Amino acid sequence: MLLTNLAILVLAGFTGYLTISKVPNTLHTPLMSGTNAIHGIVVLGGIIVLGLGVDGFLNKFLLVIAIAFGTINVVGGFLVTDRMLEMFKSKPGAARPEEDAE
Amino acid sequence: MSRTDVIQLLYIVAFALFIYGLMGLTGPRTAVRGNRIAAVGMAIAVVATLLIPGMGNWGLIILGVAIGTAVGIPAARQVKMTAMPQMVALFNGVGGGAVALIAWVEFRHSAGFADEATYVAIFSLFAAIVGSVSFWGSNIAFGKLQEIIPGRPISIGPAQQFVNLALLAAAVACAVAIVAGSDAEILMIALLVAAAVLGNFLVLPIGGADMPVVISLLNAFTGLSAAATGVALNNTALIVAGMIVGASGSILTNLMAQAMNRSIPAIVAGGFGGVVTAGGTADDGTERTVRSTSAADAAVQMAYANRVVVVPGYGMAVAQAQHAVHEMTKLLEQKGIEVSFAIHPVAGRMPGHMNVLLAEADVPYEQLHEMDEANSEFGRTDVSLVIGANDVTNPDARNKADSPIYGMPILNVDESRSVIVLKRSMNSGFAGIDNPLFYNERTSMLFGDAKASVGDITEELKAL
Repeated sequence: MLLTNLAILVLAGFTGYLTISKVPNTLHTPLMSGTNAIHGIVVLGGIIVLGLGVDGFLNKFLLVIAIAFGTINVVGGFLVTDRMLEMFKSKPGAARPEEDAE
Repeated sequence: MSRTDVIQLLYIVAFALFIYGLMGLTGPRTAVRGNRIAAVGMAIAVVATLLIPGMGNWGLIILGVAIGTAVGIPAARQVKMTAMPQMVALFNGVGGGAVALIAWVEFRHSAGFADEATYVAIFSLFAAIVGSVSFWGSNIAFGKLQEIIPGRPISIGPAQQFVNLALLAAAVACAVAIVAGSDAEILMIALLVAAAVLGNFLVLPIGGADMPVVISLLNAFTGLSAAATGVALNNTALIVAGMIVGASGSILTNLMAQAMNRSIPAIVAGGFGGVVTAGGTADDGTERTVRSTSAADAAVQMAYANRVVVVPGYGMAVAQAQHAVHEMTKLLEQKGIEVSFAIHPVAGRMPGHMNVLLAEADVPYEQLHEMDEANSEFGRTDVSLVIGANDVTNPDARNKADSPIYGMPILNVDESRSVIVLKRSMNSGFAGIDNPLFYNERTSMLFGDAKASVGDITEELKAL
């Protein structure tokens, strides 16, 4: 199991590397914001640990905070990215960065 | 097909959507869709997780998600475009915080990982350290950008590196003791505290100008810690999503650092702008003078120019002046003047910050010129209007080998025939260093809030 997971880890690393290698400057901020939202996936970790059962008030309390944190990361992250990107859209007649990029 | 298989399949769909969405985010035309595709992937991953057999504690899970949604949506909706960088820092921080908290509960729940395989302990503790560093580091970055904490570097001097290393060693030592079999919770708490202090100490000495790179770096950190949590929990979606962010975040950090001609180790070592030269006197001790101008003079100067280049910086963002600026440039264009914007890749607080703001104000994309293109044009520019930009125009980066920003690519504003600088005061820029451009004989300064100044110039232009 560990080895399978490590294999996935390595492949995912290279995938991330290759996906991002060429991005116009203009999109750096939205891209950072978008990847930021994706690591909000830690919310799954909180749900799994809490959902499969922990005892004690403190454990539950910490996990509720963790889930709240993760949710903020996901929801806020995607929304903020969306707002940023909306601004690049639908400028009639404007050239697109793709054509202009170096 | 068992329920576990269905969950695994849904996870595969989810991370395929993450990767596809991320690919979309790298092109302007597909970016909005890419982001939404990734969000759909996230929703699928959450649903799949809730399907795991034996799920319970529904009330508490819903409570956590509800709190997160209630905080996250208004925060993301209401934040001003100018405050975007610190918002990203904050969202990144809570992600890291979640990772650290999960690792802590894992420790408590499994009696110090006694009933878990060794690798689970190792990956969880790695996640705890990195998550805690990321949480506190991001909060400091937020504080600096929000100007709750001074943007200038704060450090305890040369001992800083040593103290940081000692903190890291302490955190790792706690981790080793736990892996070796200790179940004393004080070790876990000590680990989290050491990592927390380290997170503070790592970011405090870094000057505000380097903050975009730092946020990107911490973003990659949080991704890595999420991936480690995924290995500990044997969860494919977490591994893939976390690692993709870890890898892409590292590349992005590198791209940003390159744009500033800075190396990541040099940034993390801190001290950028630590050498603060007092303004007012030149290096040879002679008194330097600044010429200040009025909105009316600035308007006349531009109205009789053939070519005007606007150089926006953080000051424009702070003053929310982008709409006023566009109104002014439209007026100039009506007068037959050629107008363009020179965008330094790290002007503002994040790469692309200026593009976002100017796009918001409907400035046509073809007027935005990137650094290389802009630099080839300053020589035939009559007036360069610098709006709240400082360090990215500092000729010291070209000329003065002992300047902290020496070697950073800059906009060669000083090559144009005249320069008008809109600035709040003679305070130095975010890097905390003096800018000889302001003392140049071709430069005149218009002090005041950028939006008010631009508005005044516009009124004067209309009156001409």
